[in-house]
Amino acid sequence: MSALLSASNLTRRFPGNRGLLDMLARKPRPVVHALSDVSIDVSAGETLGIVGESGCGKSTLARCLVRLIEPDEGNISFDGADVGSLEGPARRKFNRAVQMVFQDPYASLNPRMTVGSTLAEALRVHEIVPAAEINARVASLLDLVQLPATAATRYPHEFSGGQRQRIGIARALAVEPRVIIADEPVSALDVSVQAQIVNLFMELQERLGLALVFITHDLRLVRHMTHRVAVMYLGRVVEIGPVEDIFTAPRHPYTRALISAVPQLTPGLLRGEPAVRGELPSPLSPPSGCAFHPRCPIALPQCAAERPALDARGGTWPVACLRADEA
Amino acid sequence: MRAKIPLAIGMALLLLMLVCAAVPSWFAPYDPLEFDFAALLAAPSPEHLFGTDQFGRDMLSRTIYSARIDLQIAVFAMGGPLLIGSLIGLLVGWYGGWADAVFGRLADVVVTFPFLVLVIAIVAILGPGLINMYIAVACVGWVVYARLMRGEVRVQKAADYVAAGRVLGYSTGRILFRHVLPNAVRPVLVYAVTDMALAILLGSSLGYLGLGAQPPEAEWGALIADGRNFFTTAPWVSLTPGVAIVLAGLGFSLAGDGLAALLDVKR
Repeated sequence: MSALLSASNLTRRFPGNRGLLDMLARKPRPVVHALSDVSIDVSAGETLGIVGESGCGKSTLARCLVRLIEPDEGNISFDGADVGSLEGPARRKFNRAVQMVFQDPYASLNPRMTVGSTLAEALRVHEIVPAAEINARVASLLDLVQLPATAATRYPHEFSGGQRQRIGIARALAVEPRVIIADEPVSALDVSVQAQIVNLFMELQERLGLALVFITHDLRLVRHMTHRVAVMYLGRVVEIGPVEDIFTAPRHPYTRALISAVPQLTPGLLRGEPAVRGELPSPLSPPSGCAFHPRCPIALPQCAAERPALDARGGTWPVACLRADEA
Repeated sequence: MRAKIPLAIGMALLLLMLVCAAVPSWFAPYDPLEFDFAALLAAPSPEHLFGTDQFGRDMLSRTIYSARIDLQIAVFAMGGPLLIGSLIGLLVGWYGGWADAVFGRLADVVVTFPFLVLVIAIVAILGPGLINMYIAVACVGWVVYARLMRGEVRVQKAADYVAAGRVLGYSTGRILFRHVLPNAVRPVLVYAVTDMALAILLGSSLGYLGLGAQPPEAEWGALIADGRNFFTTAPWVSLTPGVAIVLAGLGFSLAGDGLAALLDVKR
């Protein structure tokens, strides 16, 4: 399977703020390293999960993939062609092919437009169907996301969070994309509704053969619905591979920590000691060497000095840990 | 419900003003320019409900006929700043950067001067008259609208539905005018309605000073000015147009408040 959408070596820094005193002291402007050297790819019909704690760069990655944010370094290619330089109609063609579903279903719909006009606008701008067929297509899009056709004449505030997320999905699907980037699409929803939306994603993906990048901090979702998973820590991918393999035998200590932190319903499986210590360091001043070393239970002295590359290291999938081959 | 009653009262007052301006002859008992030398400075009486001025002209009729000019002032002294300010606010709020910085400093400079003083200064340079007054008000008044609009646009720009529009490949013009503007326009519209009350007061102030509407165009502020010499002996000459100003101001304010509640967006 060849990659449909791939990003290689993406780096994105955001300038931080410095106070007046720092300016007078001529301290350099602090820089947040949101993404450092991130490479991922996704193929048609495949779901790539991206997991990590808040602030690890997941959302920045999502926004880079749809070109809402331009990366400082690295490039993104779609269907084999670089998309970084696309402008005008070519960029719109890319936009049409790569759509996004947002985290907050309350903010991602224009509150002053009916659901029908929101969907119709996307259809009209990209000339998906002739003008006479727009209403019919709106109805079939609503049907696709399991909303009644009467939803078209109503406003976003008349819907629940889960229903709004369905509308957001319908809007993304309106332009017949080949890739969907879903940035924590269910984390703002109730658990009962989460399951419905997740199932909708899986069903749609299968039916439409979409490539799906599913960003979440919920590992259970990743295991349930993705084929491959990339684990991110402080703007870097630390482990990427087939989801079942990683869940059965995680090779990076951070992945192990994440997996063991998933709440279990079996009382006997309660573990004694925590697998990870301390808090996520500030991305303003990431630790030297391997960024995970201050929290790592198996860190060696050289971990503070040397940053491990993302490499197979004797296994079948890449991992960025000096001790990966020992486990 | 809370909003309905003030809105209804406000709209009723404005409707009354509108009808007076459109067909003053329906309400005015006399020709406003008809002299009645038998009743100079006559106190309110059944014949002249609000008294007469020094030429015996019926004050009620004069006030009603003046509504047309004052309504025109309310619309134009609000409309110019509204259009110019909103457009500037929309653009600087969206693009930010150096345009925003220049706008910020320029706005600071304009608001440093008292509004009325600056307007009077500009009218004094251009010469008295309604058109020049509108120009002067537009030169000064756009700042408030631009600031309101800029702030709202910056809030809306960060919303995900704008990001969604960009991901869908919508043009900047479409995003600005179809998505951002409808969501950002509410405070500006509400302010605009209340601003019409201020515009009438401003028109009256300039009329009183002789810088606004020029005779023979009658205007409430000018009417008040006409009566100032007789204020101790015949207060009705100034009070009648004064009451009209108060009612019009009340109407616009109530309508503005009601509109604010009515346009409150549900999320």
